[in-house]
Amino acid sequence: MTTLLTDDIRAWIGRTEPPQRIEVTRRDIIKYSLATEQQQPRYLNGDEAPPMFLFGADRPLTALADLGPDGLRRDSLLPPLPLKRVMAGGIKQRYHRALVPGDVLSIKRTVSDIFEKQGASGALIFVVYDIEVRDAAGELVMQETQTRINR
Amino acid sequence: MPNFNTLKLGTALPGRSFQASNVSLFLYNAAIWNPHRIHYDETYTTQVEKHPGIVIDGPLQGDWLTQVVTNWLKDDGVLLEFEYSNRRASYLGERLTASGHIVALDTERREATLELDIRDHNDQITTPGRAVVRLHR
Repeated sequence: MTTLLTDDIRAWIGRTEPPQRIEVTRRDIIKYSLATEQQQPRYLNGDEAPPMFLFGADRPLTALADLGPDGLRRDSLLPPLPLKRVMAGGIKQRYHRALVPGDVLSIKRTVSDIFEKQGASGALIFVVYDIEVRDAAGELVMQETQTRINR
Repeated sequence: MPNFNTLKLGTALPGRSFQASNVSLFLYNAAIWNPHRIHYDETYTTQVEKHPGIVIDGPLQGDWLTQVVTNWLKDDGVLLEFEYSNRRASYLGERLTASGHIVALDTERREATLELDIRDHNDQITTPGRAVVRLHR
């Protein structure tokens, strides 16, 4: 089988970027909770963030001029790939405690793997990120493995 | 109101069905700051990325799976682990059903493992998932 993954692409495994710092606000929690149709009062009141809240909260905020033709930002941790169309892959999260308004988080992303597979409609490239979320005291809040698929 | 001693293997959690609308997808993508055009620009989505319609975000379906868990658990326990995998794309207009059941119980830790899935109108699984929860009592 021919491979789409060059040594240059695979050299991205292990790359990381300086941690992002984000502040969790009640208003952001409420927006997320309403948009996702949460039903538990603690989420709808913004007292606690729903489990998947960080999926959006940890997204780097970029200038509109830095968005590509598909609308997505150019990810500083994504190697140039021969397959350009992006699909969601999945995530695995381990929670150490719930997030509440006022939390100040430090989020560090690392490319942990890049591999390819033959899908039903052609080749797919999987890029896997390890994401570590710590609070202001340096304690682990959440660990995540996130997979992004290019087709 | 789950209590660990009343849990049984195989017990189903209350399911819930979701139907995203243009408005709900817009607000979700705004809330997560996701400008990917496949979630709001139908011409681009069908002509350039060749999807049959506006794509329902994979992580939104992941969120819906967590809600099967959090709505069952209420304040009686905590979610320790959660994972899902987006296996098939879903498109605006589809009604999706999230459900789950208990597949393992760890009495010593009062932990339950739940198998979760989202199915489309053809009863095909679009998003399988799994969660581990710990009950307070």
